[in-house]
Amino acid sequence: MFDEMRTQEGAVRAPYQAIAEWLSATGEAALRGRQAEAEALFRRIGITFAVYGEGGDPERLIPFDLIPRVFGASEWRRLSRGVRQRARALNAFLYDVYHRGEILKAGIVPEALVYQNEAFLPAMVGVDPPGRVYSHVVGVDIVRTDSTHFQVLEDNCRTPSGVSYMLENREIMMRMFPQLFATNAVESIDEYPSQLKRTLQEVAPPACKGEPNIVLLTPGPLNSAYYEHSFLADLMGVELVEPGDLFVDEGKVWMRTTRGPQRVDVIYRRIDDAYIDPLAFRADSLLGVAGLFSAYRAGTVTLCSAPGAGIADDKAIYVFTPEMIRFYLGEEPILKNVLTWRCADAGERDHVLANLKDLVVKRVHGSGGYGMLIGPHASKKEIASFRQQILAAPDDFIAQPTLELSSAPTLCADSIDARHVDFRPFCLVGREIRLTPGGLTRVAMRKGSLVVNSSQGGGVKDTWVLSD
Amino acid sequence: MLSRTAQNLFWMGRYIERAEATARLIEMGRRMTMLPGANDEWRSVARASGCASDLADDPGIAAQDIIFRLLLDPENPSSIRCCISQARANAKAVRTALTSDMWESLNDQWRLLETLDGDEALADLPIWLDWAKQRAAAFRGAAETSLLRNEGYVFLRLGELIERVEMTLRLLDVKYYVLLPETDVVGGGRDFHQWTAVLRATSAMRAYHHVYRGDYTPWGIAEFLILSRIFPRSAHYCYLQIDRRLGELAAMHGQRFPCHRTAGDMVARLADTDIQALFQSGLHEFVGDGIRVTNRLSTEISRAYHF
Repeated sequence: MFDEMRTQEGAVRAPYQAIAEWLSATGEAALRGRQAEAEALFRRIGITFAVYGEGGDPERLIPFDLIPRVFGASEWRRLSRGVRQRARALNAFLYDVYHRGEILKAGIVPEALVYQNEAFLPAMVGVDPPGRVYSHVVGVDIVRTDSTHFQVLEDNCRTPSGVSYMLENREIMMRMFPQLFATNAVESIDEYPSQLKRTLQEVAPPACKGEPNIVLLTPGPLNSAYYEHSFLADLMGVELVEPGDLFVDEGKVWMRTTRGPQRVDVIYRRIDDAYIDPLAFRADSLLGVAGLFSAYRAGTVTLCSAPGAGIADDKAIYVFTPEMIRFYLGEEPILKNVLTWRCADAGERDHVLANLKDLVVKRVHGSGGYGMLIGPHASKKEIASFRQQILAAPDDFIAQPTLELSSAPTLCADSIDARHVDFRPFCLVGREIRLTPGGLTRVAMRKGSLVVNSSQGGGVKDTWVLSD
Repeated sequence: MLSRTAQNLFWMGRYIERAEATARLIEMGRRMTMLPGANDEWRSVARASGCASDLADDPGIAAQDIIFRLLLDPENPSSIRCCISQARANAKAVRTALTSDMWESLNDQWRLLETLDGDEALADLPIWLDWAKQRAAAFRGAAETSLLRNEGYVFLRLGELIERVEMTLRLLDVKYYVLLPETDVVGGGRDFHQWTAVLRATSAMRAYHHVYRGDYTPWGIAEFLILSRIFPRSAHYCYLQIDRRLGELAAMHGQRFPCHRTAGDMVARLADTDIQALFQSGLHEFVGDGIRVTNRLSTEISRAYHF
């Protein structure tokens, strides 16, 4: 198993020198005291993760671990190039499948996998989003298995969340340990909100003259990521709107203000496709703005991300991203994919069924670590149940080997111990591609656990990128 | 500004003001029951609160029931707990329109109140009443020193002022009889306490003292709470401020609405009245009319600004 801080011989790896010194100088007891302080800060600022309808505290804190996860400058350079490359290829793929479908004609991606996919939106065919950008914020989930290999676990092309934790974790760390930042050259991540705003400005409808009116569309305070929505709107200085604040009149989108209706040009929406417009999608949706999708198609407003962008992060399509990179960019993929078997394919399915106890099985359309089988940690009963489910609907499942995620030192209940981590950087795609040097490190707080999702008790860490 | 944001700020102002006013009312009740011969004081507290008149008319009611209703009752939207929770929910829905200082002033210790049970609260009543007042003060202070002076600020202040003037008028509506001239004839210690209780419920004891040199008369008290131009809880002062805030909105939007006229008329009326005339034409009628006008004004404001 690869540890971020120590080599197998127990030596401290170069990027972690300062952290190791800080840990031994501070001591575990003192660190524990500061941990409580950090929690109180999070609570007071109101950074909670809402989990309604599950009993218990409706405004839960995501466990925050004080010990940062560190990338050296050269590690980051490679990661950064890989993430940007992926974001470009995914957007090129989206443009292609909603236009001529070259990659399908070339026989690289099976047509049926796209056209019969729930995430494919036929209504988007022929629509030209400004700058040909579909996914404006690409969150790439990356794991590390050894000192040289980063692998992409999955892509998030719709509305990836977690960037507020990236910003707030840093804020809390800087408030609590200013001396750490004074003595270490850590790349700043402050620019993210203004870069996001610039990205959104760049994709305003061509007909929009002057400063575009940008809004952030949230489902409302009950949404688990609501804090993030309000936080980003605040930092960008744009209105945080709920569907009820918007309406469509004469093919244009307006928001209700104290001065009457005001025109809206760009919507950074944090609502799923299915809920943006009851006329176009789910008629039973209580959310949504009637007529929004037709306004979008007519080009009077830009939606970020574009409806239908989910086809690019579908887990069945994921297998083909290295091919996309070669096909559209003529480059070799910098980041590897995790070996993946598609249960839709009879041969691969047989392999999966024969090896369930060693594999991780995921639902193609699922997210958040729900409905996932981790073979080595599963009971016989769970494995049997997944076997039935796979046989009943093979197209809905993929399987991957159980990866030994890298671990990083974490303040645990009775010691500082290694816990598994993953990493999600947030790549911005407008007329330019921008990537803030940092991201969200998630950590599985339970010993040995590989599930880092916050909905499953995972925690977060500040992520450092050291400058040269 | 989004209409929903304006609405949220307006109501946030109202809820916080109401929580504070309710805390004062309970405090007045506590003080009055410490006096010899006091028995019905909790009933007038219940009535003045505007959310417990059913309890006021219930012959078997105990002080605890009324205190619980006003302080913690989750079923009573005007209880201090509900007001603060509601203000916090409003704040959460318009986080971007608040400064972090304002949000933290509401969020801090909110969970304490959420989990407080009735017995604990009664045992430490003064602490909780102070706590509610401190929350309100901290929030107002944070708004005063950190919020941009745009229309959001004006809506927040308007909500506070409307709630405040309504509370003063409602208190007078319940207590007007102790201020009527005939009680002056009866005289005696009891009336003195009744009058001062009204002042206490509006945090006006010291202020009154400064203006009237400690000379408690029903006229003086009624005049102070209705007509004073300098006491921040008097009807006149509140309406002067409402008029000023609405004027700011008119200047920002370049447009006047019926609410501007209503507020202007009320200011003119208060400026033209002296306490003699007010008692002659009927204190109770005047106060009742004031409450109706204030309710109408609140509706007119929301209509004018699309919320």
